[in-house]
Amino acid sequence: DRTAGRWRRDWDGKVSEIKKKIQSILPGGAWNPLYDTSHLPPEHSDVVIVGGGVLGLSVAYWLKKLEKRRGAIRVLVVERDHTYSQASTVLSIGGIHQQFSVPENIQLSLFSASFLRNINEYLAVVDAPPLDLQFNPLGYLLLASEKGAATMESNVRVQRQEGAKVCLMSPEQLRNKFPWINTEGVALASYGMENEGWFDPWCLLQGLRRKVQSMGVLFCQGEVTRFVSSSNHMKTTSGTEVTLKRIYEVHVKMDHSLEYQPVECAIVINAAGAWSGQVAELAGIGKGPPGTLQGTRLPVEPRKRYVYLWHCPQGPGLEAPLVTDISGAYFRREGLGNNYLGGLSPEEEPDPGNLEVDYGFFQDKVWPPLAQRVPAFETLKVRSAWAGYNDYNTFDQNGVVGPHPLVVNMYFAAGFSGHGLQQAPGVGRAVAEMVLEGHFQTIDLSPFLFSRFYLGEKIQEQVII
Amino acid sequence: MAAPRTSLRLVAAIWSGSTRGIHGLGGAAAPEGSQKKGKTLLQFLSDHFYDVEFLREYLLQRQMLKVHQENRSFAYIAEKHGPYVAGACFILKQGGAVKFQNKEWIRPDERGRFPLEFSEFPGVPVEAVDASGCAINYDGLDNVLLLKELRSLSLRRCPNVDDWCLSHLHPLANSLQELSLAGCPHVSERGLACLHHLQNLRRLDISDLPAVSNPGLTRILVEEMLPNCEVVGADWAQGLNSEPEEQPQDRASPVHV
Repeated sequence: DRTAGRWRRDWDGKVSEIKKKIQSILPGGAWNPLYDTSHLPPEHSDVVIVGGGVLGLSVAYWLKKLEKRRGAIRVLVVERDHTYSQASTVLSIGGIHQQFSVPENIQLSLFSASFLRNINEYLAVVDAPPLDLQFNPLGYLLLASEKGAATMESNVRVQRQEGAKVCLMSPEQLRNKFPWINTEGVALASYGMENEGWFDPWCLLQGLRRKVQSMGVLFCQGEVTRFVSSSNHMKTTSGTEVTLKRIYEVHVKMDHSLEYQPVECAIVINAAGAWSGQVAELAGIGKGPPGTLQGTRLPVEPRKRYVYLWHCPQGPGLEAPLVTDISGAYFRREGLGNNYLGGLSPEEEPDPGNLEVDYGFFQDKVWPPLAQRVPAFETLKVRSAWAGYNDYNTFDQNGVVGPHPLVVNMYFAAGFSGHGLQQAPGVGRAVAEMVLEGHFQTIDLSPFLFSRFYLGEKIQEQVII
Repeated sequence: MAAPRTSLRLVAAIWSGSTRGIHGLGGAAAPEGSQKKGKTLLQFLSDHFYDVEFLREYLLQRQMLKVHQENRSFAYIAEKHGPYVAGACFILKQGGAVKFQNKEWIRPDERGRFPLEFSEFPGVPVEAVDASGCAINYDGLDNVLLLKELRSLSLRRCPNVDDWCLSHLHPLANSLQELSLAGCPHVSERGLACLHHLQNLRRLDISDLPAVSNPGLTRILVEEMLPNCEVVGADWAQGLNSEPEEQPQDRASPVHV
């Protein structure tokens, strides 16, 4: 009787294995007579996107959307961690705002807002339920002291020129509208009336993933360990020798094993977020004498940022926007139950080796400015906290978009230093236009090209103090 | 034998052009119970035939295009006849009703025709708009925002009104006094929170909003946010289903102490 039961269990396992083998032999399945290769990426792909976060998926989406003929481009997205446990996308607070000083950033954010508004048209998949981003359109409120008021005024002028709906408020208007704010030290405030707020980044990621899979993009879970490239020695018009490289193979290593698959590719997109610098080093970017173009590395490194969740029974009401204080501390409401999320960019950078939270930082650095700005926050109780990586661009804290001048088929879409999520749809479209057309068509992101690191041209946001 | 008959029924549904048929084929959130068999057959066909997959995607795109077409911009009428006439035309075309100042309600009849006398008086502002059940969305609201002196706006049971639309209403803050959002399936408490711009609001109807997670608490918070406004609809005791007898005791206990 016991042997009969065991035989039946074995038989069930065998039947499923036989079914799997038959399915792989039928047309459409990847059949390798020696062993099962279903977990490996394909051997050829036109575009390989390193990094499956919101930027990588956005580039994949726009590549498939803007291709001239259906199925013209084969895209492979390689993501190291399919649980996204350390990805900046899902650990972000999900804010979107247009209160920048660089016009291209404002345009990117405006386009992203309209993308999120019409997300169920862009990412519509037959038979799938519509996406609910849980978007909260309450806007951002930036506070400025006397010193920063002039900067804020000129920023708002640029923002309104680009079409953002931002208004300036005096301290008295602030007190009338938001009575829970202590306006001591505040000279001016800018408030976003529309297209600003926060949403659920997981939902955007899942929506993009679902749509992009339905468009035929392949996903692979693995780590990129090597780029094999061919070199071309050329001379410029002035006679200097230049070595142009072209990546023709990407080695993708599987998890927990030495097995790797060489993927032959035409274009590589570096959308690896906080680890883009490491991926760029693999391609040989930055290996050269310092001060030359070969020696200019991609200055993106991971920086750890904390987000704290607390409960305050008498805190700001339902209409509270995301408030950014003069000191840099920010907070926003979370849900209906008087819970709040917030944090602060630290002056001394914590060690980015792990994602452990420092609660002492909240007590010493985050709570005092918040309690001074919102007196109700004197009685708060921290519920939980988490840490996430910020793909920090040490050069000018703005993103890198477009091809590398020497490694001609590597395109960057990284280094957005905390704005990656809110600019992802616009950046994805820009990179897809660059790949397919050769130049930017809708939003001109030429100031964001890699060459600015060599030429020393910083595009820095005018920070409001 | 059942399969050929169901496929014939589906084919008849496509070509009769009925919205229910196109809804089912386009695949936008088909209901579970009644059309379950049809849904699996369509999915099976979509998975195995490229033509069926392409046809379904095309029908879905057509649905979305229809909504876009209904919400096109009426700015060209505004240039010629003024903003009030443009906004009124837009609402009447969608199937809603319009009330000019000191005049009666104008409604389109069942064929969609409406009288055009109001175009002769371009200076008369529109006082009230009833867009119940219309396919108005964020882009269409741009046409309603032309009506600078609108007092009452009714968006009952509008399927495309969501939180983004509510954040778009702030230009009407000076004049809007009455707003009704009853029965809108995509309005949640996040959209209701941005009604704080409308400080002149005196009456707000938020009954029957399925996307609001906690109607009673939301109503209390909205009342705190808009102190001069009468909030109608969500009962504050909604959601307090269990233990109704304990409430009189709670009120009594402070007296004891």
